Amino acid sequence: MSELNSALEHPTYNYKVVRQFAVMTVVWGIVGMLVGVLIAAQLAWPALNFDLPWLHFGRLRPLHTNAVIFAFGGSALFATSYYIVQRTCQARLISDKLAAFTFWGWQAVIVSAAITLPLGMNTSKEYAELEWPIDILITVVWVVYAVVFFGTIAKRKTSHIYVANWFLGAYILAVAVLHIINSMEIPVDMTKSYSVYAGTVDAMVQWWYGHNAVGFFLTAGFLGMMYYFVPKQADRPVYSYRLSIVHFWALVAVYIWAGPHHLHYTALPNWAQSLGMVMSIILLAPSWGGMINGMMTLSGAWDKLRTDPILRFLVVSLSFYGMSTFEGPMMSIRTVNALSHYTDWTIGHVHSGALGWVAMISIGAIYHLIPILFAKPRMYSTSLINTHFWMATIGTVLYIVSMWVNGILQGLMWRAYNQDGTLTYSFVEAVAASYPGYVVRFLGGAIFFSGMLVMAYNVYMTSRRDVESQALPATANAV
Amino acid sequence: MTSFWSLWIIVLTTITIVGITWVLFGNRKREDKQTEQTTGHVADGIEEYDNPLPAWWFYMFVLTIVWGIGYLIIYPGMGNYPGLIGWTQIGQYDEEVAAADEKYRAMRDRYLALPVEEIAKDPAVRKMGMRMFANNCSQCHGGDARGSYGFPNLADNDWLYGGTPADIKHSIIAGRQAAMPAWGSVIGEKGVADATAYILSINGREADAGQVEAGEKVFQTYCVACHGANAEGNPAMGAPNLKNGIWLYGGSEEQIGHTLRAGRNGVMPAFGDSLSEDKIHIIAAYVYGLSQ
Repeated sequence: MSELNSALEHPTYNYKVVRQFAVMTVVWGIVGMLVGVLIAAQLAWPALNFDLPWLHFGRLRPLHTNAVIFAFGGSALFATSYYIVQRTCQARLISDKLAAFTFWGWQAVIVSAAITLPLGMNTSKEYAELEWPIDILITVVWVVYAVVFFGTIAKRKTSHIYVANWFLGAYILAVAVLHIINSMEIPVDMTKSYSVYAGTVDAMVQWWYGHNAVGFFLTAGFLGMMYYFVPKQADRPVYSYRLSIVHFWALVAVYIWAGPHHLHYTALPNWAQSLGMVMSIILLAPSWGGMINGMMTLSGAWDKLRTDPILRFLVVSLSFYGMSTFEGPMMSIRTVNALSHYTDWTIGHVHSGALGWVAMISIGAIYHLIPILFAKPRMYSTSLINTHFWMATIGTVLYIVSMWVNGILQGLMWRAYNQDGTLTYSFVEAVAASYPGYVVRFLGGAIFFSGMLVMAYNVYMTSRRDVESQALPATANAV
Repeated sequence: MTSFWSLWIIVLTTITIVGITWVLFGNRKREDKQTEQTTGHVADGIEEYDNPLPAWWFYMFVLTIVWGIGYLIIYPGMGNYPGLIGWTQIGQYDEEVAAADEKYRAMRDRYLALPVEEIAKDPAVRKMGMRMFANNCSQCHGGDARGSYGFPNLADNDWLYGGTPADIKHSIIAGRQAAMPAWGSVIGEKGVADATAYILSINGREADAGQVEAGEKVFQTYCVACHGANAEGNPAMGAPNLKNGIWLYGGSEEQIGHTLRAGRNGVMPAFGDSLSEDKIHIIAAYVYGLSQ
């Protein structure tokens, strides 16, 4: 093992922590998505909860969201941010010990979540379900993460801070603030606490957090990833530095306002709803700035898409990013929201971002990283990356299309009324009508999940020292 | 909201919108052509072109900002400023409800003026009632109103609280609270077993004669107050008839024993605040009509 480690050790950079997080990205991706596939199946075939409380949808759903966002997405962000900050600052992480602490600390958070959530320990705050002792652990790990990241920026050997690091820095800072403020709670005992906020204020704080978990964790963080891996994989300069500046500042300034669009037509005051909606519309251009900068970076290198499935992952993720950041502002409009809110459309929207954008760009980045981290020329099998690419794309499309259909169907059925003024459908009729969509969504999810198994095999084979990477296909068409 | 907080919101909103507009215009490049010129930064081999902002993107951004400012002038958003048209969500709700009332009032008033027994025969009323029932009542009583475990069947002409139109309307408007006390600690396990045997026997089911005899004594001591000496129940307090073979919480020996031992607490919520009088009238007609 020590021989292996020394063979893989980079003379300048700390690759060990990057490698650990990169491998765990694949592991937690499989775990989180497996739970997702199970609960998707439960919605189509409810008997699959087996009447066991810890397999109940209500307990597994937060486990799924926590596992895919914070375990899978989080590990991907840790891996790539530690890699990017070292490479672009030409400086080793300031402390290997602190970096190792963030790895083991973050894994401890994930394992605690995997134990406590199925046991029903839950603050009932969406995407912040973990109870107070785990919240404290998250805070400690995150502060150390910030120290390592910004410490490394501070001792950089380059004069300029690369754009990827702006986004990563913004994500680390904002998530710290969001997590601490939203998780303010009064413990009752070791496993139960109550939020310090009450009523509508609690709802507003929750969605200020909730939407910025999307905005800073799932968008800014992954844009940081995009700004390194897209130009690197395409081997092209970033399209426009000016665009980076404008969309970065606009994105971070405006995203933080958008939360109230989750609370249209609720007890939240009208003014707050309006501001949330207006800022969400203004957010369209800043969001698209990242997509344009990524896409245009490929101009002059589009032919690489034919031969490089990693680049395909990155580019298709940008397409889904563009699509969901258009869809989001539209759904934030009051009248559209009146139809879409509380329906499966929301779930579809989230997954076009989560599967199409977050997962695909992470997968692309990990495929880029794994050979470097295991000192191999390339991934074990390029054609398996291509297989994974198509599984991920087809899975995502099935998922979001079925949820669009279900969402609009539900929204229209709920508001349909007869000539005598009575509602045409009862709630359960809309549930029954959603069944085909639930089956298709399960299939889409299962295909996406299976793609992760293909990835795991490919990563494992790449990591083995006794296995050579397969030869690249002779012609581009064979890919 | 105090004027301080109102001003706070207005100032923060203005700073944000002006700030992003400034960044947008400040980074606009005069010449609109693509360039091969880079910024000179190199990060791990990655360079950056000094290209202008794409024109269509720039104008789209400007458009959303202009639209946003317009929206904040017309609608509430800037603190206490109510907006040009004075829109509020409660205002929108009131308007929509008033419009619906206007449209349907004549029809409802016509039905409301007629007795439940009469409109229960009207197919149009039954259809309306069925839809209202599906959206308000079926969650517990089932889509076919035949109830389920713990929720009474409304179609079998057996009534816990009486089946006249007035009784049904009262159940809907004010709700019902049923309380079967837990007798386990009072009569003991033997008492529970004996009383169960007695209840089985009065339903013509097999039970040990000795237990039935002992159970009758338990019944006459503790149960008669609500269920009556002949066990036919009392609609005034919702005490069920125990000899008609209809069981709200199951009629097996085990389930009857559990009811005796641990008690039951049935709740019918009050709908008087959430459903209007005419709707309750129509739902009552539908429910009444189910068993006629």
